[in-house]
Amino acid sequence: MKASVFAIRNHKEIVRDPVTLIFGMGLPVLIMALFSVMQKNMQFGLFEISNLAPGVIVFSFSFLTLFSGMLLGKDKSSSFLMRIFASPMSAGDYILGYVLPLLPIALLQIIFCLLTALFLGLSFNISVLLMVGVLIVISLLYIGFGLLFGTIFTDKQVGGIFAIFVNLSTWLSGTWFEPEMIGGTFQSIAQLLPFVHAVNAARAALSGAYLDVCLPLSIVIGYTVFIFIIATLLFKRKMRGLY
Amino acid sequence: MTIEIKGLTKHYKEIVVVDQLSLCIEKGEFFALLGQNAAGKTTTIKMLCGLLPPTDGDAILDGESIVYHQVAAKKKINISPQETAVAPNLTVLENLLFMGQIYGCSKIEAKKRANAQMNLFGLTPRQSSKAKTLSGGYMRRLSVAMAMMSNPKILFLDEPTLGMDVRARRDLWKILSQLKGEVTIVLTTHYLEEVEMLADRVGIMHRGKMRALGTIQQLMHETKKHSLEEVFLELTEEDSL
Ligand SMILES: Nc1ncnc2c1ncn2[C@@H]1O[C@H](COP(=O)(O)OP(=O)(O)OP(=O)(O)O)[C@@H](O)[C@H]1O
Ligand SMILES: [Mg+2]
Repeated sequence: MKASVFAIRNHKEIVRDPVTLIFGMGLPVLIMALFSVMQKNMQFGLFEISNLAPGVIVFSFSFLTLFSGMLLGKDKSSSFLMRIFASPMSAGDYILGYVLPLLPIALLQIIFCLLTALFLGLSFNISVLLMVGVLIVISLLYIGFGLLFGTIFTDKQVGGIFAIFVNLSTWLSGTWFEPEMIGGTFQSIAQLLPFVHAVNAARAALSGAYLDVCLPLSIVIGYTVFIFIIATLLFKRKMRGLY
Repeated sequence: MTIEIKGLTKHYKEIVVVDQLSLCIEKGEFFALLGQNAAGKTTTIKMLCGLLPPTDGDAILDGESIVYHQVAAKKKINISPQETAVAPNLTVLENLLFMGQIYGCSKIEAKKRANAQMNLFGLTPRQSSKAKTLSGGYMRRLSVAMAMMSNPKILFLDEPTLGMDVRARRDLWKILSQLKGEVTIVLTTHYLEEVEMLADRVGIMHRGKMRALGTIQQLMHETKKHSLEEVFLELTEEDSL
């Protein structure tokens, strides 16, 4: 109940700042269109729409990191958080309240990108729906990163951290090129981080290779749980004013 | 007795910010906590609101310990923080409803309370304005009104009139004096006229310690001064320690 009241407030706070929101929807759509035009003049099929769409959607989720991180960071610096910390809400209420409003935004991003992809020649079948499910799970990873950043940093710092995060998470995701093409340390780092696994899970779901979804998705879920645990612990410390 | 503070202490590393504070505040009393910048007023209030764990000591708020029964204690209190704290993209009305609801009010009840608060604080004409578009003084009014939404037994007001114009300040005084007797109010301020107008009792903090405690009359008598300002200056003089 309290969590849902807080979630509604956070939802309003995000959607009433439409510039970033439009950016988070529009940029992925634009990128998808550009790269699929590029594909028409390429010999190999990296930017084939069935390959491109899952990667771009996962990329669009990095905006969820920005939204949640900024909101939490702003609440912190405006001492709004302090005011509600004085209320009888629990840490769980806060975390849920920050996560829930981002899920419909993730869904909206998925829908916008999928419509664009269908328009660009993606064929619709049951695998598309499975991918939507997988993507929703993946979106939690990015929301979790946002909570973590927002808990640690101020809203101004979150902007800078986001710039690093968005680069790191996309270059290491295998959306624009396969990490194997570079190999070595780069590839090992990519394998250690969750981003390439997120894209792989989404691609596998779309291609109908359902068994291939399991391993990368488990890695993503593992990471998500880990990040949420860290974020919650830090948040609880913050609530008790310990840091 | 609504507030019973027992040896409340806060250290940051070696620095003692609040030092063995002990005092009692009666139900319905209007208590002014004074002290110059960095005296430890906000830190004291933060500890009482469960925002900061005390290094030592405890406080009992309406029967609930802030150390051992924090959630129960939090239900009884509300705070208007020193920095204005409103949700910027929510309207005035939405901000108030939000506060009511996170303290467990139904929507209908919250609406009733919100209307009452908006009337009281002269916010009704701005009820659909986003909080971030309000002027500083109006934002303050909203911030204080939000603290009232939970019908707290104890209300902490940390410099509530900062940045308010003369009339708004007087309006707030009027509102606060209406609450006198019902709600226990702990106020910090640097405006001594405010204290003379409202406070039943005054505590003067200096470097984390309570230097004096009593009615304005008592303090003037004890220090043989003729105004609260003189008393304040005397008790916060650096070499008077
Ligand atoms: N997190 C912190 N770490 C270290 N010192 C702190 C911290 N927070 C507050 N202090 C110190 O505690 C002292 C008391 O601060 P406090 O905010 O309680 O003062 P105040 O009486 O409210 O002053 P003002 O009238 O300026 O609001 C100050 O010296 C401040 O620097
Ligand atoms: Mg202060």
